[in-house]
Amino acid sequence: MVQAIVFLPLLGAILAGLIALAGAHARNPSGDEVEHHGDHGHGAHAHASASINEDASVIHETHHEPGDGHDDHGHGPAEPPAAGSRGAELITTGLLFVSAALSWMTLVDVGFNGHDVRYQLLPWIFSGDLQVWWTLRVDTLTAVMLVVVTTVSSLVHLYSIGYMDEDPNRPRFFGYLSLFTFAMLMLVTADNLVQLFFGWEGVGLASYLLIGFWYQKPTANAAAIKAFVVNRVGDFGFALGIFAIFMLTSSTDFETIFHAAPSLTGKTIDFLGWHADALTLTCLLLFMGAMGKSAQFLLHTWLPDAMEGPTPVSALIHAATMVTAGVFMVARLSPLFELAPTAQAVVMFFGATTAFFAATIGLVQNDIKRIVAYSTCSQLGYMFVAMGAGAYSVGMFHLFTHAFFKALLFLGSGSVIYAMHHEQDIRNMGGLWKKIPYTYAVMVVGTLALTGFPLTAGYFSKDAIIEAAYASHNPFAVYGFLMTIVAAGLTSFYSWRLIFKTFHGEPHDEHHYEAAHEAPLWILIPIGALAVGSFVAGLPFKELFAGHGIEEFFRESVKMNPHIIEEMHHIPETIAFLPTVMMVLGFLVSYLFYIRRPYLPVELAKTQPMLYQFLLNKWYFDELYDLIFVRPAKWLGYQLWKKGDGFIIDGFGPDGVSARVLDVTRNVVKIQTGYLYHYAFAMLIGAAGLITWFMFGFGGQ
Amino acid sequence: MTTWPILSVTTFLPLVGALIVYLSRGDDEAARRNSRWIALWTTLITFAVSVILVMRFDPNSADFQFVEKASWLATGITYHMGVDGISLPLVILTTAVMPFCIIASWKAITNRVREYMMAFLILETLMIGTFSALDLVLFYLFFEGGLIPMFLIIGVWGGPRRVYASFKFFLYTLLGSVLMLLAIMALYWNGGTTDIPALMHTAVPRSLQTWAWLAFFASFAVKMPMWPVHTWLPDAHVEAPTAGSVVLAAILLKMGGYGFLRFSLPMFPLASHDFAPLVFTMSAIAIIYTSLVALMQEDMKKLIAYSSVAHMGFVTMGIFAGTMQGVAGGVFQMISHGIVSGALFLCVGVVYDRLHTREIAAYGGLVNRMPLYALTFMVFTMANVGLPGTSGFIGEFMTLLGTFKVSIPTAFFATFGVILSAAYALWLYRKIVFGALVKPSLMSMKDMTLRECVILFPMIALTILFGVYPKPVLDMSAASVQQLVNNYNTAVTAVKAAALLH
Repeated sequence: MVQAIVFLPLLGAILAGLIALAGAHARNPSGDEVEHHGDHGHGAHAHASASINEDASVIHETHHEPGDGHDDHGHGPAEPPAAGSRGAELITTGLLFVSAALSWMTLVDVGFNGHDVRYQLLPWIFSGDLQVWWTLRVDTLTAVMLVVVTTVSSLVHLYSIGYMDEDPNRPRFFGYLSLFTFAMLMLVTADNLVQLFFGWEGVGLASYLLIGFWYQKPTANAAAIKAFVVNRVGDFGFALGIFAIFMLTSSTDFETIFHAAPSLTGKTIDFLGWHADALTLTCLLLFMGAMGKSAQFLLHTWLPDAMEGPTPVSALIHAATMVTAGVFMVARLSPLFELAPTAQAVVMFFGATTAFFAATIGLVQNDIKRIVAYSTCSQLGYMFVAMGAGAYSVGMFHLFTHAFFKALLFLGSGSVIYAMHHEQDIRNMGGLWKKIPYTYAVMVVGTLALTGFPLTAGYFSKDAIIEAAYASHNPFAVYGFLMTIVAAGLTSFYSWRLIFKTFHGEPHDEHHYEAAHEAPLWILIPIGALAVGSFVAGLPFKELFAGHGIEEFFRESVKMNPHIIEEMHHIPETIAFLPTVMMVLGFLVSYLFYIRRPYLPVELAKTQPMLYQFLLNKWYFDELYDLIFVRPAKWLGYQLWKKGDGFIIDGFGPDGVSARVLDVTRNVVKIQTGYLYHYAFAMLIGAAGLITWFMFGFGGQ
Repeated sequence: MTTWPILSVTTFLPLVGALIVYLSRGDDEAARRNSRWIALWTTLITFAVSVILVMRFDPNSADFQFVEKASWLATGITYHMGVDGISLPLVILTTAVMPFCIIASWKAITNRVREYMMAFLILETLMIGTFSALDLVLFYLFFEGGLIPMFLIIGVWGGPRRVYASFKFFLYTLLGSVLMLLAIMALYWNGGTTDIPALMHTAVPRSLQTWAWLAFFASFAVKMPMWPVHTWLPDAHVEAPTAGSVVLAAILLKMGGYGFLRFSLPMFPLASHDFAPLVFTMSAIAIIYTSLVALMQEDMKKLIAYSSVAHMGFVTMGIFAGTMQGVAGGVFQMISHGIVSGALFLCVGVVYDRLHTREIAAYGGLVNRMPLYALTFMVFTMANVGLPGTSGFIGEFMTLLGTFKVSIPTAFFATFGVILSAAYALWLYRKIVFGALVKPSLMSMKDMTLRECVILFPMIALTILFGVYPKPVLDMSAASVQQLVNNYNTAVTAVKAAALLH
């Protein structure tokens, strides 16, 4: 069953990929004959003038099929949809739904009946004591992730059928989506660090491909590369963490590592004269990987840019699943982190900082998707706060609920964008609730859940995290508590700001407003389902994730801090009530700013221009990184190339000699026959003769 | 089991093919076609014969197999051939890559086809010979002889600056080989033989070890190439015809690594141990330095050439780590890099044949017209980046893992290559394949032909197969690598123990 869950999406990806390839190949014939014009300049000129007549749409000349119509996406020239698009959509979506159904069954089987499974599929890397298998491991932690991944993924597939209906490259899109799902499933079912890394990089690849899906857009390409490279910075740490663990335990299998972990306390690793505590260092290195993938403070810069990808991608990858991989990883390695309190402190520090920092940026953004993206970043920070507190199941709870309401918010935003003909700036929206009431309703549901309105899913999970932060004995516990409390207020503010500016007030773009219409059923059904999920993912699961059912439900799959749940239940009433107060406060301020007194935010921005610009420009991280990493790297590369290779090595090294010889030889070649290889053979014969003479000479002695 | 000298047949079959090409005279179209077909069939048959080697190879034995011995020059200098788990993968790599090279030159080479094919076939013999020679003199002849055809391939069929590049190539490599020749003579005086298996079991005095190690190192480091003697490679690659670049990257670069494994580590373990920090430093510098340089390249082939130097840095680092994973990873990385970088140069060749420029700025948006090409290039770009699931990952991962145990700083700095390789490889891909198709010269580009697919698709299959299931290669080399590592460690610990006693 687990094999089916994991490999059905791969099958879908391969089939969709083949359909995409066949279609693309049919439109673009093979051939290595390029029209070579005798006069190159003339040829280019002739071609250039011809292409002017064809206007921007260069592809038109080769395709005469009708029906390519207008292109609302504004992503390059329109093409007719590839043949078999519908087939690819239905295959991938159908397989994903099967996979999702099986996942829920697995959750019941594993979580409630306690049937953990492990399948060894194939030997992978075998060398000496390094023995890595391809394995599928399902315990409760994995089962929860399976459910999250396949459920959201199948809904996103369904949604994409509607959302991408004007795109000519749908088979490719669906292939990528399914490929992503496969990689994510390999990640969560990993039984060793190397397979985890495989899934980790695999989702990175899929993310890269999907962010750059509209490859004609330069911004999309740049964002795709940025996402991959920034993630690689995290992977740098992750890889070193794996090496360190292998050095310490001679294994990469989770069971072996966890078994050996207690005996590692007190050991040190020497690095350039620095004696670091082995477990702490290892955990920090691994956490660096998590920071990259989960877009935590300092390595977060790729996530907002990733919004260049199609909206379903943002919902699936950059909200519900891939970005939570870091959280999952820390939960998976909880037996290690529990033994490294210093590492836990760092986790909580970064989580809390991210929760606050991303929320502040979210306050002033105007792109609907970017607001939700910063919100995601902030919520991921919450999850890491729980991880730092040792309340792993609580963090997983928020991961679980967040997947539903954040996917809902993204897909709902997508529905708005679809209705507004690809307008994403909330300043150009307003008053939409009358035009798209269904979308409005589900967006409000998503917002309620995100802000933690009582009885919604987010209410239970988020409050539990704040309580865990308060109750924990982490050195950064107070900091974590304060930051998450403040961020709760900020979250409420920016979420309602989004709702008010989009759906209420006066329309700001009459043209788009008049044309706005509710999206097709393909889109409405998935967001409806997620809206339901945003309610029911909370209360029924509360006991399992954050109550007394943890022991039975999670069993050995996570190693909780032994006291945290008990202490969470004994915190003062006022503290427990505080998040709700902050939520209401945020709502009221937002209501005041954007409904009652819309001039207030403008005035505030004017009186505090420094702060406003600071937030609007995302704390200037992009500029800073460009200044301290990107440009120096390029400068250094150029200097090493021209000065290092060209001037020093070549100039003083054998190239000086080579140049002299070359001059001489050139002259000789000119004077003589001009056949280079005559001289080469002369050299060969000379060398061979020399060798033979030496060998015979000494051999005879 | 068998009486026919299968290894010699594999080695010299291409030479026979070259002879047949030579005998089929004429310079008209028919003769050209003939020499192409003869060359192709020769390489294919050679590959088929080498497959027999694989089938009959016993992976559980660490000893040399298919051994042939005949008297040759003098006492102690014999015609001695044989392969073990370290050399056999490289032999197979050679025989497997050659047919692709011939097909890749099918249309690109129109001038002096006969000589071109002969050069390639002779080169193949010399390369296989290098990997299967078990006598130092024989090895030296094959090793240095390989220079000549390569020199010619660059110098005759190369690009505009071919003369400069070929002489740079020749001078660099000749410099190292003179020193190696001296070391070979020293070893002969010391042991009275140039037989490699015998020398492996001959203790070499400490002082001679140091000097002989340095002499061999000079030659192999240039071949590898290691920083700072790498500057010949970008020039050679840029000027070489496509197939020449493929052979250069896929096979000739592996001779250095093979040399370290065959000579430096087994014969001079103590010197290897002493000099390991030097190699580590050079490898780590190579990885970071050349990756940074690759970031700034404007020529496709130069970029890939610099990335090759970085990838070879992983190999040298892994080999001199002297751990099981390090050495096995080094061997695997050589095979993987042979496939991936060879394929990358073929990818460059595909567009070069159409547009006759390697300048990155001349391209852009090819995906709009060449979807098959975009897919192919993507797979190899990702393999170059070291994405898990491709063969590029296994080698990088294992060498780093193996090195971490021995030298954490080396592994730490080398891992920066993971970030930088992503940056330059994806940047290259974006500039060439992604984007809108706006350049008029690219409008009439057509997708890969059947011939090009025949070359590249099997390489895609291998890249992914070895990424998911690297066991065939790892198993083939495991026993020999294990023995190598054991001997190395025994020698090193013995000396350490002796030092403690004093």
